[in-house]
Formats: sequence, structure tokens, C-alpha cells
Amino acid sequence: MNSRVIFVNIFRWLVLLFVQIFLLRNMAFYNLSTPFIYVLFILVLPFQIPNLLLYIIAFVTGLTLDAFYDTLGVHTSACIALAFVRILFISVSLNREAVDEPEPSLGNMGFRWFSLYAVLCIFAHHIVLFFLEAFKFTSLAYTLGRTLLSVVFTLFIVLLVEFIFHNRKSA
Amino acid sequence: MRNLWIFLSRYNAFFFFIVFFTVGIILTIRNNVYQRSVTFSSTNEVVGTAYKRLNVIKRYLNLVQVNDSLSAENAALKTQLLAIASIDSTQITKVKDTINHQQYTLIAAKVFKNSVTLTNNIITINKGSKEGILKDMAVISPGKGVVGFVQNVSENFATIRPLLNQETAISVALKKDNAFGSLVWGENNFDYRKAQVKEIPNHYKVKVGDTIVTSGFGGFPKGIEVGKVTNTISTGDSFMTLEVALFNNFSTLQFVYVVKDKFAEEVKALQPEVKNEQ
Repeated sequence: MNSRVIFVNIFRWLVLLFVQIFLLRNMAFYNLSTPFIYVLFILVLPFQIPNLLLYIIAFVTGLTLDAFYDTLGVHTSACIALAFVRILFISVSLNREAVDEPEPSLGNMGFRWFSLYAVLCIFAHHIVLFFLEAFKFTSLAYTLGRTLLSVVFTLFIVLLVEFIFHNRKSA
Repeated sequence: MRNLWIFLSRYNAFFFFIVFFTVGIILTIRNNVYQRSVTFSSTNEVVGTAYKRLNVIKRYLNLVQVNDSLSAENAALKTQLLAIASIDSTQITKVKDTINHQQYTLIAAKVFKNSVTLTNNIITINKGSKEGILKDMAVISPGKGVVGFVQNVSENFATIRPLLNQETAISVALKKDNAFGSLVWGENNFDYRKAQVKEIPNHYKVKVGDTIVTSGFGGFPKGIEVGKVTNTISTGDSFMTLEVALFNNFSTLQFVYVVKDKFAEEVKALQPEVKNEQ
């Protein structure tokens, strides 16, 4: 990891959290579908990142979001779940030594791999998020519906951002 | 010991997950049982200041609606003033004891931060203990409608637990016959324009379009108009539930009034604490 990678990731963190907190926080379709674009930051962290560091970054990111959302612990847990699924999926689907791409972005990994990766990670994040927010299983159908619709919304924006900023390599 | 170490480092992703996830869950549960943590909530001065900056732009964008609501309120106040001015004051001979009439005073505050999309929403305002705001004071919106109760207070800021929070219940009544129930939000309904009134006895005849007002119990002045009945649901036992369309719009809330009740302390000392309706 050289200093350029670190700088790029810090920049990404600032931009994505700024957009999430000041723009997307106020956005929802009928209170059912809410986008959480900031997960993209954790999705495209470099492959070489050690597990512990990944968890710490996810933890701090979640804590920052929680401070602005007034939901201490909810986003933090969701980000940790996301980090876990990320590690699991990468270790199952790729041979770490054989990968020479720096980070798992759409341009580097191709649409099929990236979209499956994003769906699983975002789903893990959202299901933890919405169930912790509701904190009960009585409105199960409502919470599940909210989760699925939000996954679609977030995925749409994540893919959109990836197509705009990361397509140079495959083109 | 060595084997244990190898085992742990081989599955480190899983064990880190357990550790961090547990911390996250503990934070969440503590946060749900006790009131919001002061350190990380928006009562925190740093976050509060950030929202203050952002709010300058936001306030500008909403000027049209705010102007409209303020001028409407102005008009209403002027009408009242005219009514008072037209009274022939030379006729009054008795000295009126006004001490008991000034039970409520209002403190105007600006909304810094608001949300309507969460299950438990919180509002932050720009007045705090410096201006005399205390925990559990009632909060109403300009024009018509109730907002909620003060939850936490710091020196310059305060957070409000609005109606759009599952823990909030406000005592309300039907305007025409004073049958009272409690106004709640968030049971299979997360639309910020609607709420429900529970525990209205079945024998009252409620029609769609009836007005709901505050009952005067629990901090709110009596008779503030809250909303209109849109539907009645019988629950099977001797009570019914009313669906209410709220008069005030939480998503464009810019100013609120915190209600200072002169007798709050006295009443509180007299009554045993009631859990649901503060």
C-alpha cells in the first residue's frame, strides 16, 4: 500500500460520507426504499488490506454514520457484517495470491463478479441495519420489504457510480 | 496453546467479526434502553455545529413555505388582537387575577436537524438549558399541530422525541365530546403524515372528518388542534382505534415552540409517575 492508495481512499471516504449524510439522508421512496451509498467505500477497499484493519475501518465508518443518524451502534453493526461478507466472498470466489488487480472495482473485476459481490454485501449490510433499527420481529414483512427495496436502490446507485468512475480499464 | 493460536489466526476473519459485531450490538442495545448517548448524538457540539452550517442553506431554500406559515400565524394573532382591542375596557371594574391564566409560556426555537424516514426519529433544536428548556417539556409546531417532548438538553442544544417515534404517546381528545385516547405513531404505519389514536371507548360516535385536539393532560395546553379523523377501526374489545391525518407537516418543520408549563413541577411532584403519557 503506497501513499497514493491511502490518499485516494481517504478522499473517497470523505466524499461518500458527505453525500450520504447531507444528501441521501433526506431521501426515501415512501419511507420504504432508502439508499446507503457509503457502503461503496468498504466494497472497493484494496484486496491487500489485512482483516483487522478492514474491521477497524468499517467500525469507524459505521460509528461516524451513527453519530449523524442518531442511531448509535446500528450502522456500526451493519458495516461489520458487510466487512465479514466481503472477506468471505473474496476468499471463496478468488485465489488471493493469483489476483493482480489492486481493488475489487467494477472496471477491474468485470460486471458479473462485481454485481454478485455487491448484492451479497449490500444485502448483509441492509438486513442487519433494518432489523436492528426496528429491533423486533413483529413487523417482519415490512422490515424485509424495506430491506429488499433498499438493496435494489443502493445497488442501482453503486453500479451507476462504478460505471461512471471505474470503466476505463475494461473499455 | 500453539494449536489454539494457529486455529485463531486461521479463522481470524470470523473471530474479528464476532468481537466487532458484539461491540456494535452492545452499543445498539445500550442506546435503546437508556436515552440516546450524549457523546455521539447530535447534542454533541461538533455535530450540532456542522448541522448549523448546513442549515443556513436549507433555511434559505424553504423561505417561501416558512413565510407563508408565519404570515398565516401573524394574521391569526392580529385577528385576536382586534378582538381584544374592540372590548370596551372602561366597562371592566374588577381587577382580573391573571396569575393563573399565564400557565404556559412559549419558547421559540429553530430546528437544526430533523428526519421523517426512520423508525425512531429525533429532532434537534438550537435552544438549550441556557434558555430554560428542561427535559420532558412539550413541544408544539407553529400554526396547528403537536411535535413531541424534549428528550435531552445541553447548554445550547436540545433533542426532541417527536410524535414520529415509537416511544412517544400524547394524550389527545375528540374536539366535540372530549373522549380521550393516546396519539401514537409507527404501528404498521411509517407515513409521517398519519398517526393513530388508541383507546377511544367504543360507545362514542366518531365520524370521518372529526377534529382531534390535545386533552390538556401531560404537558400540552388543552385544545391544540392535532389532526382530522380519516378512518375508524374497531379492535374487537371495548375500545377503537382512529386513523388521523396530521395538520402539521413534519418534513418541512423549521420552527417549533417549546411549552413552558408553570405548574409542571408542582403537578409532577403530586402525581405518581405514569409511564406512557408524560
